[in-house]
Amino acid sequence: MTLSTHEFRGEAQDKTTALRRPVGTVSGFAARIASLDLRGAIVPVGALALLELFVRMGWVSPYVLPPPSDLYTTFLYLAEGPLWTNIGASALRVLIGFAFGSLLAIVVGSIVGLWYSAERYLEPSFQALRAVPSLAWVPLLMIWFGIGETSKIVLIAKSAFFPVYLSLFSGIRNVDRKLVEVGEMYRQPLPVLVWRILIPASLPHLFTGLRYGLSLAWLSVVAAELLAASEGIGYMLSDGRELSRPDLVLIAIICLAILGKISDSLFKLIEDRCLSWRDSYSTAIGGRPA
Amino acid sequence: MSLLDIDVREKAFGKTIVLHDIKLSLENGQAAVLLGPSGCGKSTLLRIAAGLDKQFSGSVSVKTGHDGNAKSPPVAFVFQEPRLMPWLTVAQNIGFADGGKFDTARVNGLIADVGLTGHAATLPKALSGGMAQRVAIARALYTEPRILLLDEPFSAVDAFTRMKLQDLVLKLVEQRGISFLLVTHDIDEALYLGDRIYMMGAGDGGIQHDLSVDVARPRDRRAARLAELKSDVLTALQAAHVI
Repeated sequence: MTLSTHEFRGEAQDKTTALRRPVGTVSGFAARIASLDLRGAIVPVGALALLELFVRMGWVSPYVLPPPSDLYTTFLYLAEGPLWTNIGASALRVLIGFAFGSLLAIVVGSIVGLWYSAERYLEPSFQALRAVPSLAWVPLLMIWFGIGETSKIVLIAKSAFFPVYLSLFSGIRNVDRKLVEVGEMYRQPLPVLVWRILIPASLPHLFTGLRYGLSLAWLSVVAAELLAASEGIGYMLSDGRELSRPDLVLIAIICLAILGKISDSLFKLIEDRCLSWRDSYSTAIGGRPA
Repeated sequence: MSLLDIDVREKAFGKTIVLHDIKLSLENGQAAVLLGPSGCGKSTLLRIAAGLDKQFSGSVSVKTGHDGNAKSPPVAFVFQEPRLMPWLTVAQNIGFADGGKFDTARVNGLIADVGLTGHAATLPKALSGGMAQRVAIARALYTEPRILLLDEPFSAVDAFTRMKLQDLVLKLVEQRGISFLLVTHDIDEALYLGDRIYMMGAGDGGIQHDLSVDVARPRDRRAARLAELKSDVLTALQAAHVI
């Protein structure tokens, strides 16, 4: 029995990617520069240019909104000193807090997702706790753990916990019953079913939760540092307010945007690696990301 | 000797009785077909035979000489949809019963048998419906079963692919001496594949009629005897108020 080529759907995709590949004499590096998608840079670069123009024309006072050129000077000044310490301190807190929170969420989420009576006992309490804003816990955390690192990390871990827990829980509950049945057909015991079917099938949900948890972790690190800290990006923010230096505040904000984007992109990269098997909308259109 | 004996006294979903007093047995080397309209309980009967549905009163006994074990159950199932694990390659899906340490030689043999040579590392998303169903058939054969249960396995593919897949299944099953029980609502398919056809009525009508297909293999789809039998089947279905 022969197999006709039209049965293979992947072929059409291969052709389109071949077309997009650099051809002929263009060197690899130049081609890579040429193929960079710069559409995402138009809005921020345009906004900066307009801002500079407004301040230079005297329409906006530099005390209210410092022009980008001043920001650059401040950045150069900060870059020689405290900026990297602050970034490092915040990033380390996010990393530790997120790691603790998401690991705990994966453990608890798997238990509640797989075990119906655990859901009956635990789900209502979790839903009630989830309704409490993270910041409401701050006073209590400070009483319990003081104003040191522990209270900040617990706050970050708590923020990262819920999105990861919820997504894993719903991921497990949304696994296609038909796939589980295949495992049952081979009389596979529950641990094997979990490892071979339930975990891989709920990975797409889990990754969505992890990325959302990471963004909430950045949110909480700023909140925690605004309240009490001697270093960190949140500390830069409160310093800028106390000194009436909008340029400090803006640089801290830009740092947060860049760090958030970098950490999310890294996660996206891991996600795409782990989930290349997905036949989703974004990869279905001629292999071109939507 | 019968390989599989199914005796369902009653099977109900809630208050609706789907199957009622049904006895069916599959002889060694036999190709049996359950033919009936949607909702007559034929798929449910097959799921009971496979041990996927245990909420019924009655019994199912499998006598294949060797009892089989978790690694190689004596009964394999081909579902209506391919039901491939989307995160596994074609080869990993075929060897699914053994997980990560599947028998590579056996998997490669099956890949060649179902005509998918060169696609061992392909992911299911790049397969057409017909190819995916070939993988599902290979996965069922991987455990070297004695009995193959097929639940409308060709209903989701086009007519031409369906004919190719029917011939493929017949060839593979004959090579291996496997008996099979196939569920379908396609009369031509039932006549082409089956030695014996059990016709089920609508509702919980049970098995209304059965018929032996006295046509030697390999069969020709154009054979006059098949056309005669088709009119018998249609008459029986009409008598059972299915059509």
